Amino acid sequence: MPGDPVASLVARTGGVSSDGTAALVKYYNELFGLNKSLPEQFINFWASLLQGDLGRSVFGHGRPVTEQIMGAVPFTLALLIPAILLSWWAGNSFGALAARRKWLDNTVLPVGYILTATPYMWLGLVFAFVLGFTFKIFPLSGGYGYNLEPSLTWRFFTDLVAHWIMPFLSLFVVMFGGWAIGMRNMIIYELESDYSRYLEALGAPQGLVRKYAFRNAMLPQITGLALQLGVIVAGSLVTEIVFSYPGVGQLLFNAIKSSDYFLLQGIFLFIIVGVLLANFIVDIVYIIVDPRTRVGMRGGTA
Amino acid sequence: MTSGLTADTKMESVSGSPDKDAAILPAKKASGEFLYFALRSKKFLVALGILFVLIVIAVFGPIIDATDPLAQNGIPIQPPTADAGNWFGTTYFGEDVFAQFANGLRATFFVGLLGGGLAALIGMAVGFTAGYRGGWIDEILNMLTNVVLVIPTLAVLIVITSYLKARGVFFEAIFVGITSWPWAARAIRAQTFSLRSRDFVDLAKLSGRGTWRIIVQEIAPNMSSYLFMTFILLFGGAILIAASLDFIGLGPTGGMSLGLMMFNAVTWAALNLGIWWWFIPPGIGIMATVGALYVMNVGLDEIFNPKLRDI
Repeated sequence: MPGDPVASLVARTGGVSSDGTAALVKYYNELFGLNKSLPEQFINFWASLLQGDLGRSVFGHGRPVTEQIMGAVPFTLALLIPAILLSWWAGNSFGALAARRKWLDNTVLPVGYILTATPYMWLGLVFAFVLGFTFKIFPLSGGYGYNLEPSLTWRFFTDLVAHWIMPFLSLFVVMFGGWAIGMRNMIIYELESDYSRYLEALGAPQGLVRKYAFRNAMLPQITGLALQLGVIVAGSLVTEIVFSYPGVGQLLFNAIKSSDYFLLQGIFLFIIVGVLLANFIVDIVYIIVDPRTRVGMRGGTA
Repeated sequence: MTSGLTADTKMESVSGSPDKDAAILPAKKASGEFLYFALRSKKFLVALGILFVLIVIAVFGPIIDATDPLAQNGIPIQPPTADAGNWFGTTYFGEDVFAQFANGLRATFFVGLLGGGLAALIGMAVGFTAGYRGGWIDEILNMLTNVVLVIPTLAVLIVITSYLKARGVFFEAIFVGITSWPWAARAIRAQTFSLRSRDFVDLAKLSGRGTWRIIVQEIAPNMSSYLFMTFILLFGGAILIAASLDFIGLGPTGGMSLGLMMFNAVTWAALNLGIWWWFIPPGIGIMATVGALYVMNVGLDEIFNPKLRDI
């Protein structure tokens, strides 16, 4: 990546004499370990990575990268986990309800497609403009009020929630549309299949047929969740930028702006490992939910 | 964000009987039948209409309103009025929002077409090869697909794009294309798998035709509707990814795009100044384009798949 981070860091400090500048450059080069040869730097990188040290951040004036990421992660997870789980649950239930019901279907389908076609950040902007700027219901930016210090008080907690609602809502709404459409399509497909027809021919009540269809349609939706994780994470990154929410996305944005490669590299490593881990968890959930995979793993055939 | 999902669903529903039926019909009769249903599908026609309007704006907008989208010569922060040349108002710097919108829409269609097209090509090449050849080639290609699928694409795109000092819409489209193909490859592989053991493929093999000729002449035509729909989904997906990339500040340098408009609006505090006409139009542009593509896809599905028709 182009650009000299040390030069930009020294430039930001500003107002020092030429001697001072030289001393600063020397100090920062030693701090970041840039005074060593390239192979040495590479070995150093792996050695410190194994010790959980990702180096120091230029953007954070030399603070360790790990510390900065760890400070941002709780905010991102607090946004992502409820948004993913709630939208998955709500979208699936709603989509299943809508399938093959004329009136609901005619509204859910277009609305769902419009929602999935909405860029995350734009919905965030609209929420911020309507709820934050025009009606002033929720604060426009930040993770908590600038006049507050993080503490375990009731006032801080309510402030935290007030700042959390809008980014959460914009993530939730876009994802909701996607799950609802996916579920609706799957249910229609399942209701066409032989076992549903057979149940219907036997005179089973509609509710029972739908229940079986729902359980079968769930499985592709779980796979879909695993496939979509990368996109969802990307969505949360841009949403955080809209609201200046102090999560990983905002940190990434700042890292790009100040060409801070140590921080960038750390964030990427973190995101990739996080997404892989989440994929792994989804795989395990799949085994728990689908008995056929368990039978297959023991060597039997379903 | 459903692109993967809907595709999976489509894969299931298309793998039923319709394509076989369509293949049995003589080509002319089949296309006539599709046209008949296309003209009666409300979803298809409405989506086509919206897309047509947007394409007209993208193609003729910059010609009619020849204002330079980056020229700062209007009155700053003008709300939209009915006067000619000020339909969408002006930005904080006095740039014409309509000129930016029309030029941005152009870039959006360009990225979708090129990025989506490239992704469709790679997806087809990988999917057909893996599905038809099978064996260790399939194993390797499948591994590659899974690796690219799991990696958070946006993160990789950010690294690649930040290496380049000057970026154009063209490069952006290429980057989006090379990273968004995996789900398409997966879906096409599954389809090819189900087709490769059919009688007509065996017959073609017996007659001594080469692998690529069999794929192009026997397998691809049997899933042409499916391939077309895959392209449409990739088209929409590429537009959304490019918009996110622009929004982080890695959009085209010196050009204009809808995502870049939103980035500029947020950077220059349009939200706090209440300049809503700066960031609302680009979002609506993206939403309308991608939404129309998705709805058109549903319409096409109903046209090609007799099971889903309710006309």
